Amino acid sequence: MRKYIVKRLLWSILILFFVSFLIYLLMRSLPSSYVETVARERAAANPQVSYKQWLERLNELYGLNVNPLQGFFIWLSQALRGHFGDSWYYGVPVTQKFGSVIWYSFALGAAALIFQVALAIPLGIQSARKQYSTLDYATTVFALIGISLPGFFFITILKMVFAVNLGWFDLNGIVGRMHDTYSPFRQFLDICQHMVLPTLNLVIIGTGSLLRYTRTNMLEVLNSDYIRTARAEGLSERRVINHHAFRNTLIPLVTIIGGTLPGLFSGALITETLFKIPGIGYTSYEAMLAGDIPFTMFYLTFMAILTLLGTLISDVLYAVVDPRVRVS
Amino acid sequence: MANHKTSNASQTTREAQELLSVRHLKTYFPIKSGVLQRVTGYVKAVDDISFKLYPGQTMSLVGESGCGKTTAGRTILRLTPKSAGDVLFEGKDIYQLDAQELRALRPQMQLIFQDPYSSLSPRMPVGEIIAEAPRQHHIVPKAQFDAYIDKIMKDCGLQPYHRDRYPHEFSGGQRQRICIARALALNPKFIVCDEPVSALDVSIQAQIINLLMDLQAQYNLTYLFISHDLSVVEHISDLIGVMYLGDLVERGTKKEVFARPLHPYTQALFSAIPVPDPDYKMNRIILEGSIPSPANPPAGCKFHTRCRYCMAICKQQVPPSYEVEPGHVVNCHLYAGSPVVDDLVGSDDMEQQLTREKLAASGDIAAGAATARGQLSAEEIVSETLKEEARADSQGAVLDRGRKWMQEREQQLERMQADRRQVETAAAALQDEAAPAVRPDDSSKTEESLK
Amino acid sequence: MARKSQKSANYLSARTIRRTAKENRRITRQFEQKLNRKHVAPSEYATTMKDPANVLEVEDLKTYFFTDAGTVKAVDGVSFTVPRGKTIGLVGESGCGKSVTSLSIMQLLQRPQGQIVSGAIRLTQDQGQAVDITQMPISAMEKIRGKDISMIFQEPMTSLNPVFKIGSQLDEVIGLHNPDMSREAVKERTIEMLELVSIANSRAVYDMYPHQLSGGMRQRVMIAIALACSPKVIIADEPTTALDVTIQAQILDILRRLKDQINSSIVLITHDLGVIAEMADEVVVMYAGRIVEKGTVEEIFKHPSHPYTLGLMASKPVVSRHVERLYSIPGNVPNPIEMPDYCYFRDRCDRAFAPCFGEYPPMISLSPTHKVACYCYQQSADTKE
Repeated sequence: MRKYIVKRLLWSILILFFVSFLIYLLMRSLPSSYVETVARERAAANPQVSYKQWLERLNELYGLNVNPLQGFFIWLSQALRGHFGDSWYYGVPVTQKFGSVIWYSFALGAAALIFQVALAIPLGIQSARKQYSTLDYATTVFALIGISLPGFFFITILKMVFAVNLGWFDLNGIVGRMHDTYSPFRQFLDICQHMVLPTLNLVIIGTGSLLRYTRTNMLEVLNSDYIRTARAEGLSERRVINHHAFRNTLIPLVTIIGGTLPGLFSGALITETLFKIPGIGYTSYEAMLAGDIPFTMFYLTFMAILTLLGTLISDVLYAVVDPRVRVS
Repeated sequence: MANHKTSNASQTTREAQELLSVRHLKTYFPIKSGVLQRVTGYVKAVDDISFKLYPGQTMSLVGESGCGKTTAGRTILRLTPKSAGDVLFEGKDIYQLDAQELRALRPQMQLIFQDPYSSLSPRMPVGEIIAEAPRQHHIVPKAQFDAYIDKIMKDCGLQPYHRDRYPHEFSGGQRQRICIARALALNPKFIVCDEPVSALDVSIQAQIINLLMDLQAQYNLTYLFISHDLSVVEHISDLIGVMYLGDLVERGTKKEVFARPLHPYTQALFSAIPVPDPDYKMNRIILEGSIPSPANPPAGCKFHTRCRYCMAICKQQVPPSYEVEPGHVVNCHLYAGSPVVDDLVGSDDMEQQLTREKLAASGDIAAGAATARGQLSAEEIVSETLKEEARADSQGAVLDRGRKWMQEREQQLERMQADRRQVETAAAALQDEAAPAVRPDDSSKTEESLK
Repeated sequence: MARKSQKSANYLSARTIRRTAKENRRITRQFEQKLNRKHVAPSEYATTMKDPANVLEVEDLKTYFFTDAGTVKAVDGVSFTVPRGKTIGLVGESGCGKSVTSLSIMQLLQRPQGQIVSGAIRLTQDQGQAVDITQMPISAMEKIRGKDISMIFQEPMTSLNPVFKIGSQLDEVIGLHNPDMSREAVKERTIEMLELVSIANSRAVYDMYPHQLSGGMRQRVMIAIALACSPKVIIADEPTTALDVTIQAQILDILRRLKDQINSSIVLITHDLGVIAEMADEVVVMYAGRIVEKGTVEEIFKHPSHPYTLGLMASKPVVSRHVERLYSIPGNVPNPIEMPDYCYFRDRCDRAFAPCFGEYPPMISLSPTHKVACYCYQQSADTKE
């Protein structure tokens, strides 16, 4: 097992190298760069120095006067030492900016995941146990709506109903207008209140697939021979479902959920942007628009690491929960 | 290998007639492991099997699951790559053919699968399933094509209106008929039937077996019949090969093998068949344990871990092929007195023995015995039978052979008993779990099974 | 035109299917409600055995499947008895209802489609009491499954839960039906059971997962589970079909030995006449959901009487019985949906004559134990009386 993990990690490093190289190349070949925008602004503000001169000077300043290959290795050697540089757009070190926004994303993602799992697994199991019942049809419709309609559609509806018509929540933002005047506990509640709608939205779009997945797996397990054996042994229906069937349904679920854990740090770009929550998704979206190479490089490489970690975790978890995999 | 060549030269005339010749065929599947996927071992699915098959014959490979019989069938058709050995189809080594030649040869060698449910494309009407390949291979001129397909379907017990239907509309037996029609439509000479009736009900099984036998007579087909059902095998085949862990441990004509199973595994296998007769006295040899892994087979004779007669030599040496009776070859040290045969000669004798049995069945025992000496042509046999003294003489030969056989059996029994005593003393000394493996009633069982 | 009518016979319109489905739901809901009741007084399903020598009596059992394509009468009026200590063989081809009969006895039918419609299944209890399984709610049934009546299934490869160790699966059954046993005692009993089914290294097997065992070994574990609480009746549904002959011999050997050891009865379901001849005391031959012939093993094998039994025996090749050509029963098993009211075997029978075109033949006694449902024997029965 250890050998397998080491092997996978070595592969991951190789993949990461190529991924980051590709991202760097793409960033460098974007039609409008941060430097060009700044140079144009400076040239307009100060006519003594031409746009071209500004561009040259800025290129040198930001390290863009080398070819992309060289530039990548410079970035890589810095990155390996932990120096990701300063964000051009935000003007602070990349890691500092990241550290200040990531927890909003994490809180949002974690809350959403907890609610998704808490909703999807019991509902999925129930609808599998009572296949073709009213509950089954209802959850199926709910799941399909969640899967097929886009997130921004729900966001608009949620805002319309809860923020505009009912007025329970603010339209966007992470804190209310009076935030600074509150006591620390009130401040926390205030943030929580602003998180409700984004979390609700993530739950709606994320639960469906997990629910269907649980249902399919449970149905498969319930039709298997060993469940019949368990019943023939005289076990109560409750124990058959909760012990024998559930353990088997859990195998694919755990791997899937385990695989999404690193994703908690990746942020929800659309939701954060539309609710103007200063999470990592929103922040990197702004950085990308501005052509901020250091921040985007850091964010995208981080995403690549999360993805690789996610697949590794789900594979390892598979071996942990399924005894059939453990041996071979 | 030199031995192999000389026998080749002397048998060029026979080679021309035989349809299929399998020589020392091996199929190993590599086991890969480690970071670099290095080959660390092999699953020896088929480990050195040899036999010959003549047109119109049925050879059956029997054995338990995992013994390599299916892989053997697939390797013979070049559907699974071989590791060593040759497969000669009508004298041509099919592993030497290039892609085009192989494609041209394919229609002559067909395969029928076990599962009639998954081996038919569900989106194709039956007529198209059967007609697709013959059209590609231009088996018959275009003008006669429809009539040809209708005839094939009729021969397989299908109606012309079935052409437009889809496989799911048919029952299991009907689907197997479709599979047979699909194979037959290519006008094959040789069909590998891989457990064709195992998935079917008893009454349907009989229909399919009868169909296969009728078609064999009608089209002079040659079958390699792969099955674990010994009663079906006994009904359908002329020759039998018993496989254990990739080895062909015993082969001979059906009559010989069923009348006198020689290999201890064959004996156990046959004794395990349940007989539908409540009065039948059971004399069952229960094999202990289960089949060892083919990735790591026991050294020496692969069966020695479960064999009742296991001797010291069995654990060290791989037994050669002994020809205990003409055409009856067994890989077992118990028969060490018998002549060792090159596999090819042995197989040839199997054919001769079959001719003898056929003659014997037609009441011509003398002629059968005469062929036993192996120098007579068919015409000579006929003239020979006319001679009275020859008859007396050859009857004597038959008796002699029988007596010799009995003597050998007695010697063998003694050997085995001596061996058993040895094992018993060893077991008594050890006082462990090995002791119950040798039961006190073993000797009586042995005697019974030998008689 | 002919093709068209063929098609309409084969395909059902969506409307018909919807209507049938609706009707089925209405019917099955009633059965389900009855099965799912809680706190039912035991007196409601208490009964007495017709013959105290029997451990199981199945009387006129009807089990139907309410499918969208129509009602399938999988078991249609089956009656047989299982005397104490005997082995009853249920023979027939696939779809004849032998497995459904066994699942009905265990109340393990695929619900809600499959339901016991009528009949009685009486299982003996202590002190001359008996219960009628058809009247029992699921909650009461759970208490006798695995304890008084247990089952061995066909597929040893998939019948054990892959995520639990062998030991814990056995412990669970033993602990469940013997709540006052200590954990150590349960484990001891498990090891003992594993040894009883000839598993040599029982302590090592205790800690193994099912996938680490071969098919034969798993079937032994299944037998150990089934016999763990010394049930009165063991239902073995094709216990050796998936196994090789040499392993089959081992398993049958174990079953025979243990049946006598714990003094229970076996209902052996198989399509293999050889296995039946070897194991059974009495044989029940089923065809299309009905019993066509039953009798002692000698009667069935020495004097098979129903044309179907005869055909079944003739169509299976037997080692050392040489025939030029196998007998084959013409045609196929009839479509189970909407069976006609005449002998189901008539259209495949070579002895069919005028009375066969009437209603389904009654059971005719050839001897006190030998009964056959065929008009061919009407005459002899009449003269006897």
